[in-house]
Amino acid sequence: MAMTMTQKILAEHAGLAEVKAGQLIKAKLDMVLGNDITTPVAVKEFRKIGLNKVFDVNKISIVPDHFTPNKDIKSAEQVKFIKEFAREMGIVNYFEIGQMGVEHALLPEKGLVTAGDVVIGADSHTCTYGALGAFSTGIGSTDMAAGMATGEAWFKVPEAIKFVLKGKPAKWVSGKDIILHIIGMIGVDGALYKSMEFTGEGLGHLSMDDRLAMANMAIEAGGKNGIFEVDDKTLEYINEHSTKPYKVYKADPDAEYCEVYEIDLSSVKLTVAFPHLPENARTIDNVGSVKIDQAIIGSCTNGRIEDLRVSAEILKGRKVHKDVRCIIIPATQKIWKQAMNEGLFDIFIDSGAAVSTPTCGPCLGGHMGILAKGERAVATTNRNFVGRMGHPESEVYLASPAVAAASAVMGRIAGPEEL
Amino acid sequence: MEAQGKAIKYGNNVDTDVIIPARYLNTSDPAELASHCMEDLDAQFVSKVNKGDIMVAGKNFGCGSSREHAPIAIKASGISCIIAETFARIFYRNAINIGLPILECPEAAKDISDGDSVKIDFLQGTIVNVTTGKQYTAAPFPEFMQQIMDADGLIGQIKKQLEK
Repeated sequence: MAMTMTQKILAEHAGLAEVKAGQLIKAKLDMVLGNDITTPVAVKEFRKIGLNKVFDVNKISIVPDHFTPNKDIKSAEQVKFIKEFAREMGIVNYFEIGQMGVEHALLPEKGLVTAGDVVIGADSHTCTYGALGAFSTGIGSTDMAAGMATGEAWFKVPEAIKFVLKGKPAKWVSGKDIILHIIGMIGVDGALYKSMEFTGEGLGHLSMDDRLAMANMAIEAGGKNGIFEVDDKTLEYINEHSTKPYKVYKADPDAEYCEVYEIDLSSVKLTVAFPHLPENARTIDNVGSVKIDQAIIGSCTNGRIEDLRVSAEILKGRKVHKDVRCIIIPATQKIWKQAMNEGLFDIFIDSGAAVSTPTCGPCLGGHMGILAKGERAVATTNRNFVGRMGHPESEVYLASPAVAAASAVMGRIAGPEEL
Repeated sequence: MEAQGKAIKYGNNVDTDVIIPARYLNTSDPAELASHCMEDLDAQFVSKVNKGDIMVAGKNFGCGSSREHAPIAIKASGISCIIAETFARIFYRNAINIGLPILECPEAAKDISDGDSVKIDFLQGTIVNVTTGKQYTAAPFPEFMQQIMDADGLIGQIKKQLEK
């Protein structure tokens, strides 16, 4: 029977010759991930099982990144609790401050996830690694505990929506704009329980950073996973970052898809998602005049080096608007150092932007840039729910780094062409 | 297994950030989480919920973050079951895994009004709106998920398997 890319990966990890949509399976896991919010609950559940060791000390990653560097005593206690667990179990991939980064930027960079893997993470944006050709999905703390104990997880095999990408994006248009455009088109539950498979000759025009940003937001369309066909760029990235063995899976030409969309990348415009759902997408020519108080450039969606480079290109020789706080958060230590060595920090600081150590921080309203009542932020993050970045009456507008940087200068939501 | 209580009704796309805002995620204590449950959507929820009450909502309930704190907070607040048109998939898994009963039933989710008295028989998969007298049938859990529910969650089921 013909299978999608996701179905092939799941079949092999379940030890089955084939699987079909709707089938319940148990699959072997190549990586189990948790952060400082979800791991404490997972550790408590793991203890209830009564085991004194995890299934594989090399196949678990624990990354305290949400409230770190610890924002208060309770957060510090949570991190201490999971660090002690990691040390007791001998978990190799526990990342302390100084080594850590935003988890979904860190794991691909460290080569811990690769093509053909099955990955679960107690963080909804675990779907990011689909950019590398992995089956990767978010789960909760109890699944993380079960994964750490058994090395397996239960899945319902998903059906898939195919996105055939064509053409070349216009200048300034990035993966973020494309995924916001897609979520605007299909809605926040448009891919509920389903895979989103990305393919087509347009892939060749998307960098790995573009693809990681797109796969990252599959969950914002309700998707179980987002996955990209593996090409030369993927293999180049994997070979540069990882020594782990990988396997390239290709969808069968006659695989069944519940829907197929053709996306002409050359017609996608800069796109902004208005409060309070990622599906409230508007093209930049339709945003009107939205004054902002804060611009956040960072997160597991857009805290990578290309995101910082494009922000610097726009901020160079310009000043952040006097009414705007512009906070730039490189997602990992490696990206931080690279940005520093490329002179991007000089540009940011001269423009009046602040640069933070890696953290999820403001994205989820944790710290490092919380909004007051009535304040508005343009952010390169992934969610604009009620109260997401602070006060329940504050607002978040999701956009690409180019739009966020241009908006920081203009004091209102704007594209770089307006500067 | 049965549940009975009054319906507390919400709309579509109730996200995990409003179920339990991130500012309270520096703890995983169920009672403390329950004290802030639904705060950013319905500040009255905590004062009006009674043990056994049934949450009713529209499409894509529990979308967003994977935080298991969301179903934990709802369960600890006393809610006995959630009925929705559809659930976001991570929330669905989490609820099953922690033993919080949830039912996908679009007809019931649309029909039931806030404050209605609702009775659920999980074995039969029937939902009765005692206030209006209308009855609905939800799709039963696959056997595999029923086993998890019967073991009071995934951890209970794994313990049983390991004991074998």
